[in-house]
Amino acid sequence: MDASLPAHMRPERSFQGFILALQRFWAEQGCVILQPYDMEMGAGTFHPATTLRALGPKPWNAAYVQPSRRPKDGRYGENPNRMQHYYQFQVIMKPSPPNLQELYLKSLAAIGIDSAVHDIRFVEDDWESPTLGAWGLGWECWCDGMEVSQFTYFQQVAGFECAPVAGELTYGLERLAMYVQGVDRVYDLNFNGREGDAKVTYGDVFLQAEQEYSRHNFEYADTAMLFEQFKMAELACRKYLDAGWRDGGNRKQHLMALPAYDQCIKASHVFNLLDARGVISVTERQSYILRVRELAKACGEAWIHTEAGGAA
Amino acid sequence: MPDLLLELFSEEIPARMQAKAADDLRRMVTDKLVAEGLVYEGAKAFATPRRLALTVHGIPARQPDLKTERRGPKVGAPDAAVQGFLKATGLKSLDEAKIQRDPKGDFYIGLIEKPGRDAIDVLAEILPVIIRTFPWPKSMRWGARSGKPGALNWVRPLHAITATFGLETEEPDVVKFEVDGIASGQTTYGHRFLAPAPISVRRFEDYEAKLLDAKVVLDPDRRKDAILTDAKQLAFAQGFELVEDQNLLDEVAGLVEWPIVLMGSFEPEFLKTPDEVIRATIRNNQKCFVVRDPKTGKLASKFILVANIEATDGGKTIIAGNERVIRARLSDAKFFYETDLKTKLEDRLPKFEQIVFHEKLGTQAERIERIERLAAEIAPLVGADVGKATRAAHLAKADLLTEVVGEFPEVQGLMGKYYALAQGEDVSVAAACEEHYKPQGPADRVPTNPVSVAVALADKIDTLVGFWAIDEKPTGSKDPYALRRAALGVIRIVLEQSDRLSLTPIFQAAIALHIMRGTDATFEGIVAAVRNPAPNPTFLQKRKSIAADNLVSLIGDLLAFFADRLKVQLREQGARHDLVDAVFALGGQDDLLMIVRRVEALGKFLDSDDGKNLLAGTKRASNILSIEEKKDKRSFDGAPDAALYSLAEEKALAEAIGEVKAEASAAVAKEDFASAMSAMAKLRPPVDAFFDKVRVNDDDAKVRENRLKLLNEIRSATRAVADFSKIQD
Repeated sequence: MDASLPAHMRPERSFQGFILALQRFWAEQGCVILQPYDMEMGAGTFHPATTLRALGPKPWNAAYVQPSRRPKDGRYGENPNRMQHYYQFQVIMKPSPPNLQELYLKSLAAIGIDSAVHDIRFVEDDWESPTLGAWGLGWECWCDGMEVSQFTYFQQVAGFECAPVAGELTYGLERLAMYVQGVDRVYDLNFNGREGDAKVTYGDVFLQAEQEYSRHNFEYADTAMLFEQFKMAELACRKYLDAGWRDGGNRKQHLMALPAYDQCIKASHVFNLLDARGVISVTERQSYILRVRELAKACGEAWIHTEAGGAA
Repeated sequence: MPDLLLELFSEEIPARMQAKAADDLRRMVTDKLVAEGLVYEGAKAFATPRRLALTVHGIPARQPDLKTERRGPKVGAPDAAVQGFLKATGLKSLDEAKIQRDPKGDFYIGLIEKPGRDAIDVLAEILPVIIRTFPWPKSMRWGARSGKPGALNWVRPLHAITATFGLETEEPDVVKFEVDGIASGQTTYGHRFLAPAPISVRRFEDYEAKLLDAKVVLDPDRRKDAILTDAKQLAFAQGFELVEDQNLLDEVAGLVEWPIVLMGSFEPEFLKTPDEVIRATIRNNQKCFVVRDPKTGKLASKFILVANIEATDGGKTIIAGNERVIRARLSDAKFFYETDLKTKLEDRLPKFEQIVFHEKLGTQAERIERIERLAAEIAPLVGADVGKATRAAHLAKADLLTEVVGEFPEVQGLMGKYYALAQGEDVSVAAACEEHYKPQGPADRVPTNPVSVAVALADKIDTLVGFWAIDEKPTGSKDPYALRRAALGVIRIVLEQSDRLSLTPIFQAAIALHIMRGTDATFEGIVAAVRNPAPNPTFLQKRKSIAADNLVSLIGDLLAFFADRLKVQLREQGARHDLVDAVFALGGQDDLLMIVRRVEALGKFLDSDDGKNLLAGTKRASNILSIEEKKDKRSFDGAPDAALYSLAEEKALAEAIGEVKAEASAAVAKEDFASAMSAMAKLRPPVDAFFDKVRVNDDDAKVRENRLKLLNEIRSATRAVADFSKIQD
């Protein structure tokens, strides 16, 4: 931990200081620090900086905060640590460096978790995303019995083998910050690190939003519109993918993988909302997941035919 | 002789894979050594979360030289053949070959000597192959090399390989090889946090000792012992007793290299939640042990965790962190439990209408309805109250939809019992909610409460009959619906009941319930049709929702499956499986208890001299009969004609058969199998005398036929107790 930090910026005092400490640490490891992607998504993995950039031969090192929306996890602000909107901190390094585990442990030290007093463990947890057609092997990282991060070596994304393999780290920011700040309720987190009148809590920022969005997600989200949006996003994705092949049919180079992938992200989020509204039956659920996966795969295929995807 | 030390140092290996991996490493290396002619003295393999290690001691320094002889051309053969021979054997001229004479002439023999190679060179060749072909259940690629074809697959990234070979008294050599850019050497690393510096090792003895200095206990058994001893000690010191858990111990020992056992607590108010739920929460989610009060047997508000570091603050932070997580988990569990208590079990049932049990067998709701009806059929047969059995079957599956069981599937049934008691159900109904799943495996207890027995049988038989009807029987090692376990469960319950129970009518009722699903038929109508010895095919066809073509063969087939399971069960208890066959071959045997009693009585009888001789006599009669039957192309059924008996032994045998048949049948009717066997014993002297004195194949065709009929009578008399032809000598 950086001792020169003013008190209100220290990771154990301030949620924003905590995020900045992580960003700074990973910037020093050569990562580009991106800002959140400007679309609703269920996890940082959906960000094109992970999903698409994990594919193809070109090196890529990035870190960013991604607001993650899980409509089903809303609890009207009444659960101490479950929310329909929270932050993930995502690191992706391709190819995975040989010392990725050590870097991860150093990042914990940077946010005030000292391995001399904390019991840090790598416990088997294989990761799979059926909607992204992706899987990898790795661990959930435990600190004193609490899962604080997910550590994955991507083997396949969008149905394509990762060559080379990227290493992905995902930190559950609120949970880690709660541990470091020693609070039991997420809304009690000190957001800005100030005290007294100047103090802003996580609850000040997000409690009302949790209540409103829970209402929206479970009770009022317009399902007719959402069903329509799903179809439109699916259609648009296909359309952009078809139109993006340069020189028509020869499928050598693609010029619109990113806009097409946006529609895949959109479809996935709309599906999550419909799922939260309980209007998708068990059997339909599987077919929606498959439809999103088909989009993700087609986008992955397009991406590897773009310049950043490694096409000649 | 020299020893091998091999260590594969990697990122964290999943706990569940470590033991098998160590074993595979030992097996693969030693098999290969032996195949290369290097017979070793001993080998042992170890695993920690970050390393697989192997020591093989007493390996010969060199392979033995191999001498082989190769036969060449005949002396005086054309030059081309001679040149070919010299080339193949590497001989310079024929002077170096021997000449051997055999009946075909004189031949050249070339002696090829293949000198043995140094063991270290052999090792350098086999070890990389073993690493590349290692059978991890799941493996991965990593890093820059993963972009290229032929990259190494390992369970998690592999970082270092230590491989040394040499004598105890000398500095060992490194077995030099390279796998995917990792060169073998003699450098390893200690504990990730407590001693991460590189360590140079020579051979196994200093390797294990230096690791211990570097806070790594190499041997998983030593880690387990240490954890268990410390955990017991810690619990005892506070007046508690550790709740031992072997699977958890195995797993936890695979998560640490330097186990430090610590104790934490939680708020006593959580103890209002059932013990099993607390234990499942703490064990599954946190991989911690629970402790109990030795006086009451109830859980205490403490838990035991195993950390991987000796913390500088003595573990205070670690305990506090774990307590926080456990508190949150227990408050979730308590919330689930309390939420569950607010809904009556029966109010959950409508949801089962949406849940498919099996595509071809309908919903869970339909299945529950069948089990209820079947339990009502079985209840009077096992002394259970019909009303209670029906009620228990109605509620028994409802806990599957509770929050607690959703979270911890292993407490299914048990939670049903708690919730049933909480809503004021009869004790036997509540017990059946838990016990109807039993017995789960060979070690599990068998329910004895009659209501539980009725529901347990109904549940299992509905499953068996259903999957039989849609032809989803177990094959080979595949038994996805655990049908073998279900059948064995039925067998154990029935045998433990010590009550007579014919399975056929129960199977028929279960079939009827499956057939009537989704039709307008009544149970009574269908069951009568199924039980009709000549079922009306069109009546059934119209009312059938499942495609069981032949209901009669379905029952026979299922009974044969039970016979097989029973054989396995009896064989495990030391009984002869051929005796089960001999009893089953009588046909119509669907009463498991009677079958077992017959088998027992038969076993005892066959141990006696009378039994052995009668068996021999019967077999002799059978053999003669089958030869003559083949010769004459006819059978010799029917009563012999007393007027044709000419010898005293014939008459005596015929009389004895008559008496024994009557006596044995009467005894069998009374289920007195021991007496039936004693009656059989009376057959022995006349049978022996008959074979001694009487020539069966008499010149007079009529007499011959009559004697063969008499032999046939022996066979049929013995069938009162068993089919002797199925009994092995």
